[in-house]
Amino acid sequence: MIEIERLTKAYGGTTVVDEVSFTVERGSITVVVGTSGSGKSTLLRMINRLVEPSAGRVRIDGRDTAKEPAHLLRRRIGYVIQGNGLFPHRTVAQNVATVPRLLGWDETRIAVRVRELLELLQLDPRDYADKFPHQLSGGQQQRVGVARALAAEPAVVLMDEPFGALDPIIRAKAQQDLLEVRRRYGTTVVVVTHDMDEAFRLGDRVAVMSRGRVLQYDRPAALLTRPADPFVTQLTGVADRALRLLSLRRAAEVATASSPSDPPIGNTARVREDASLRDVLSELLWSGSPAAAVVDAEGRTLGWLTVAAILAQARAS
Amino acid sequence: MNRVATGESRSLARPDPLGLALFAVGAVALAGLPFVVFKMNRIVPGVPLDFGAALPSRLAVPCLLVCALSAAAAVAGRSAWLRLVTALGGLAAVAAAAAAAADRLTPPGNLVFRIAPGAGCWLLLACAALLAVDAAMQLRPGPIARVLGLVICLGATGMAFSRGVFDDLSIMREYAVHAHRFAAEALRHLELAFGSLAAAVAFALPLGLMCHRLPSLRAPTLSLLNVVQTIPSIALFGILMAPLAALSAAVPLAAKLGIEGIGAAPAVVALFLYSLLPIVANTALGLQRVSPAAIEAARGMGLTEGQILRGIELPLALPAILAGIRIVLIQNIGLTTIAALIGAGGLGTFVFQGIGQTAIDLVLLGALPTVALAVASGVLLDALIESIDRSRA
Ligand SMILES: Nc1ncnc2c1ncn2[C@@H]1O[C@H](COP(=O)(O)OP(=O)(O)OP(=O)(O)O)[C@@H](O)[C@H]1O
Ligand SMILES: [Mg+2]
Repeated sequence: MIEIERLTKAYGGTTVVDEVSFTVERGSITVVVGTSGSGKSTLLRMINRLVEPSAGRVRIDGRDTAKEPAHLLRRRIGYVIQGNGLFPHRTVAQNVATVPRLLGWDETRIAVRVRELLELLQLDPRDYADKFPHQLSGGQQQRVGVARALAAEPAVVLMDEPFGALDPIIRAKAQQDLLEVRRRYGTTVVVVTHDMDEAFRLGDRVAVMSRGRVLQYDRPAALLTRPADPFVTQLTGVADRALRLLSLRRAAEVATASSPSDPPIGNTARVREDASLRDVLSELLWSGSPAAAVVDAEGRTLGWLTVAAILAQARAS
Repeated sequence: MNRVATGESRSLARPDPLGLALFAVGAVALAGLPFVVFKMNRIVPGVPLDFGAALPSRLAVPCLLVCALSAAAAVAGRSAWLRLVTALGGLAAVAAAAAAAADRLTPPGNLVFRIAPGAGCWLLLACAALLAVDAAMQLRPGPIARVLGLVICLGATGMAFSRGVFDDLSIMREYAVHAHRFAAEALRHLELAFGSLAAAVAFALPLGLMCHRLPSLRAPTLSLLNVVQTIPSIALFGILMAPLAALSAAVPLAAKLGIEGIGAAPAVVALFLYSLLPIVANTALGLQRVSPAAIEAARGMGLTEGQILRGIELPLALPAILAGIRIVLIQNIGLTTIAALIGAGGLGTFVFQGIGQTAIDLVLLGALPTVALAVASGVLLDALIESIDRSRA
């Protein structure tokens, strides 16, 4: 858990982060969004004290971060910077092993961990462990950067535009990887991004920043339905906000709640329980079916979704 | 693969331009310039003898054949290996021909006559050497292959000298006269060049680091060192004589340590000063080129400043630093020759004695080993730099 209290940074006379407070629950993902220069990176870098706060404090799992030597604090916090920052003179395995080495892990434990992480991020250790960063594609380098940040099993990981340089397909893949990491290790993550789609896909909570202040810290759906500031509406977009809202709801939760008892008449589509309502709607429009069967992993039908039922969910409430 | 392909495509259809040019120069040298110069003693002007006059045909013909072969390979050869081997063969044949001419023209037991290689001989050697280097470069040898090639060349040359193949040539006659001092002066040369280099590295690395960390110091430091670099070497040796002599007179300890106005002390100080700019500038540049993202990531993962310097910045700046050291090493080997003027010793001693006595062979006895030393150091450091680059590439 990360507790940020009235955190402030001023350079000379200008305040670039202004009394920011919020709490990131253990094992959750918080996404920080905002325009360029709004203070996102500065906020993130105050958490691991790459930037020393002018005022306010940060507590991680109850411990005040200012009460510990900065380099020791940073070894407990994973950090991924934009453009990955891999060490060009070290192999992939050596890069990933950086913090475990600093912490004095024994070699076997390091080797096991490196292999485990490379496999998790789908970089076959036999092919990639001994390669140098410049022999990898941009997406692979990015994944090594993520693996390196996770190496010492940090409870907290900070990421500054980690997937910025990736094409949409690789980017979606990297986002899946991050969700998998969180699921498997229960890591608490703070991610800075420019990409609202990414924010909605990853975030349990989203912090919207403007001119050094957090305008709203909330669940993604709440940003759409109860924006705290016109800037939030502007940032999340007006044109497709109904579809965005649908993309935040799982098929299963709506189907089981509002399903008609009898199967509808006519051709039905089949969709997986973890599909979003947006995907189900798209499928229904495409196939022309009046209803879709929502099925679980074993193929059992959990319920039914009609176009009308989905549209009812898309209204601001 | 690409490079090999372009090397191979230098085919019969298109004669190699470098090969053609060197062939023309070699032909002129052979036909129109003296191959050896015959002198009654070491200082009188000599009588030029051309190739035909210098050698009997039973020796001249095989030598000409080897030269023709290497010329043919150079102009029209397809394989770089063939070009390399024939060029080295040409080099050996010309050297052997000069040695044979000296042997033939010197009456047994005569130690006064001097047979020196003539302009034609030197040009032929230069052409063959250039061809060999060109061919070797086309083979794109790795660092180990280069060092191996250097060792083989030095070994073969050393063997020829130790077997007395060249003993009748004028330079080796000078060597025979000065043999008792040669090794000591050569060692002195190395001590001066490498000693001042070591001192310069120890001082310039921290200075370069400082220039990188404190940008406001960078411009003044570099321009000061630039000024030092522009002082002509003879002038700098001279400028240093007075203060060092005064130091020696004023501080007995300094005198005891051998610090004097002339000799090794001003030489080492001057070489040290000349060494600073390339190392400081390259160190600062190398550090500046280290990716800021890598440093930020290192700091963000909890490396201390010392760990970042030792583990990230210095290793990444190393090729640039070594490139600076390479410049300095070759520069020092050359400048040390001039330090002989102020009594520092070294191979330059022979050069300046030779100039004083108008004995050109003695000048060469000092100059040729200096050149060989510089070339060998350059090859070794290049190989080192490349092996570091390769381990990352
Ligand atoms: N070391 C510094 N000295 C002075 N001003 C700084 C410093 N670092 C950042 N700033 C200023 O603070 C403000 C916020 O910077 P920050 O890097 O946090 O923005 P950001 O939200 O991450 O922007 P981007 O999306 O472009 O990365 C900017 O106006 C920047 O110019
Ligand atoms: Mg930023």
